[in-house]
Amino acid sequence: MSLPLIAVEGLGKKYRIQHHQGGARYVALRDVIAQKLSAPFRRRSGNEPPATEDFWALQDVSFDVHEGDVLGIIGRNGAGKSTLLKILSRITEPTAGRVVLRGRAASLLEVGTGFHPELSGRDNIFLNGAILGMSRAEIIRKFDEIVAFAGTEQFLDTPVKRYSSGMYVRLAFAVAAHLEPEILIVDEVLAVGDAEFQQKCLGKMGEVAKSGRTVLFVSHQLAMVDNLCRTGLFLEKGRVRMLGAARDVIAAYAHRASHRSVEQFSDRPNRRGNGSIRFEQARILTAAGQPVDALVSGGDFIFELQLTNPSAAALRAVHVSVGIDNALGQRVTTWSSTYAGGDFAIAPSPSFSVRIGLPRVALLPGDYSYNLYATVNGDVADWLPPAGSFVVEPGDFFGTGRLPEARDGSFISEHSFTVETPVARRS
Amino acid sequence: MQLIIEPGLASANYWRDLWRYRELMAFLAWRDLAVRYKQTAIGVAWAIIRPALTMMVFVLFRRLVGIERGAVPDVLLVLAAVLPWQFFSNALTESSTSLINNTNLISKVYFPRLIVPIAAVATAFVDFLITLALLAVVMAWIGFAPGWTLLALPFYAALAFGLSTGAGLLLAALNVEYRDFRYIVPFVIQVGLFISPIAFASTNMPARWRGLYSLNPLVGIIDGFRWSILGGRTPIDATFLATSVAITLASIVIGIWYFRRMERGFADVI
Repeated sequence: MSLPLIAVEGLGKKYRIQHHQGGARYVALRDVIAQKLSAPFRRRSGNEPPATEDFWALQDVSFDVHEGDVLGIIGRNGAGKSTLLKILSRITEPTAGRVVLRGRAASLLEVGTGFHPELSGRDNIFLNGAILGMSRAEIIRKFDEIVAFAGTEQFLDTPVKRYSSGMYVRLAFAVAAHLEPEILIVDEVLAVGDAEFQQKCLGKMGEVAKSGRTVLFVSHQLAMVDNLCRTGLFLEKGRVRMLGAARDVIAAYAHRASHRSVEQFSDRPNRRGNGSIRFEQARILTAAGQPVDALVSGGDFIFELQLTNPSAAALRAVHVSVGIDNALGQRVTTWSSTYAGGDFAIAPSPSFSVRIGLPRVALLPGDYSYNLYATVNGDVADWLPPAGSFVVEPGDFFGTGRLPEARDGSFISEHSFTVETPVARRS
Repeated sequence: MQLIIEPGLASANYWRDLWRYRELMAFLAWRDLAVRYKQTAIGVAWAIIRPALTMMVFVLFRRLVGIERGAVPDVLLVLAAVLPWQFFSNALTESSTSLINNTNLISKVYFPRLIVPIAAVATAFVDFLITLALLAVVMAWIGFAPGWTLLALPFYAALAFGLSTGAGLLLAALNVEYRDFRYIVPFVIQVGLFISPIAFASTNMPARWRGLYSLNPLVGIIDGFRWSILGGRTPIDATFLATSVAITLASIVIGIWYFRRMERGFADVI
């Protein structure tokens, strides 16, 4: 057997979590200066918590991918999938280990990166192509093919801000699909677009794999991974949990996922806020309080959040909100304590839970992700931009036996039909 | 082709990659220009109106203060200094914020990050070339013929380009780490306008201040522009020029060094 196209050996990535006040990911010069100035005068009390803490987003990850192989990477949010792809596409450097790539790699971590809304479709094809590493000559050569694939011929000179989200994604994927790299790294792009376009994308990726090139594919949609990938890699908490035939890996993952409907946040590095309260975990309950894996359109549920209150003091004016995004990354709705019932007070205690009642869930079936946001007295206490995700399964919202489908739009709106026929007047 | 990714190894192919991605630099500069002028009613005319207005204010200032008129018309004297100044201030403003304005690119795609601030300087340079056309029109209107000294103009333009690139790289990298620099840069530029020889000639400076004055690298550059555009009719000082060249080179070296050092953490911090 020939040398693997991708050889990953003992790969690790360490992030530093900062605990100093503010908690923002970037520091203000003011803080650095203040710290340096006050350092000689500060008394060392000994039991002070360390200012920073190390967090391994990836640890000891090793695998090989051979020519023509399609590797599906699965795992929960925060398992290290995105970090792995970011290292492979050279956006960020590893802290340990090594990767050998034998061939040109192109990564689609997000379709439409660098698209500018003011520019026309034509201009954006060139811009996006250049960003993805294509030369001008290469783009010109493939221009017609790209436009035909996207099916946006008549809108070439329209600014993309006037495109529908479907058209936008089609154009973006079309550019990326024509890169012709030896190694293609794809993150979740297929979760967007209509069914017909998804088929087209799948076809294109299959074609890429058949022509002897290698695809790395990250997705939450197990059916798609099953459909497309020969090998699977299951990541959990930054480590390889399982590597093997896609079907077996998916089965193992699905088995574990069904036993863990709780999303944990305590070890998340990418959060902001001063930490006066912190999100610890979230789970979905039925109205009767039974933990479940998914919401169902039209069903009654409870979204339960566990929070910690490190100072254990009584708190006033606590605000909690959950922003719900669909698979396209568009905000669908927000569950906010300010709107529903008002911000609340907390009795002195090191932890507390918040239950958000969700009668008759008006979300369409599909994958959703959520952000968590909490303030105390108007100061940001904790903010997890990508906190977790959940699935909404088709359900009988209207009680008619007909289930609203994902393609019906962005959300379900309560409505009724009344029909009146003018009665012909008898003379 | 084989690529090895290891901690601390990102630099191995860096300069070759920078060359490979040179087209991206042109595209980014072109994007910024296209977008900037797409939504304005008079478009590119803005590139000309701003220096023209600045020039008028300074000419008016000279009249009010009562600076004697010399052999060269005030309009040209001031305009020859406003153009490089405007280029420098635009380039510095744009390049210092360029990285944080392109956060989505930096956190999603790999390319040598040096491209981003340099493209911002290039954008400002295109505007500068447009204003040079304005200058040519004004000179023709007045009937002022430049001399052979015009041949030195590319040298001074290169100096201004180098200085703003060096300083821009440093500030862009600092801006990612410490957002405070967003507020520092406009302030520096505001002060720079007053301590650069725009409304007056550097020779108006009293002798005892000149040592200190030469520390402003723009003095030598602006004097050089004036000298070259106005056919050698304004003085040029060897000390000013020498310090300008030295500071420009130092800023390029320090800018690239610091930028390269911080670069590999950009995607994690931004």
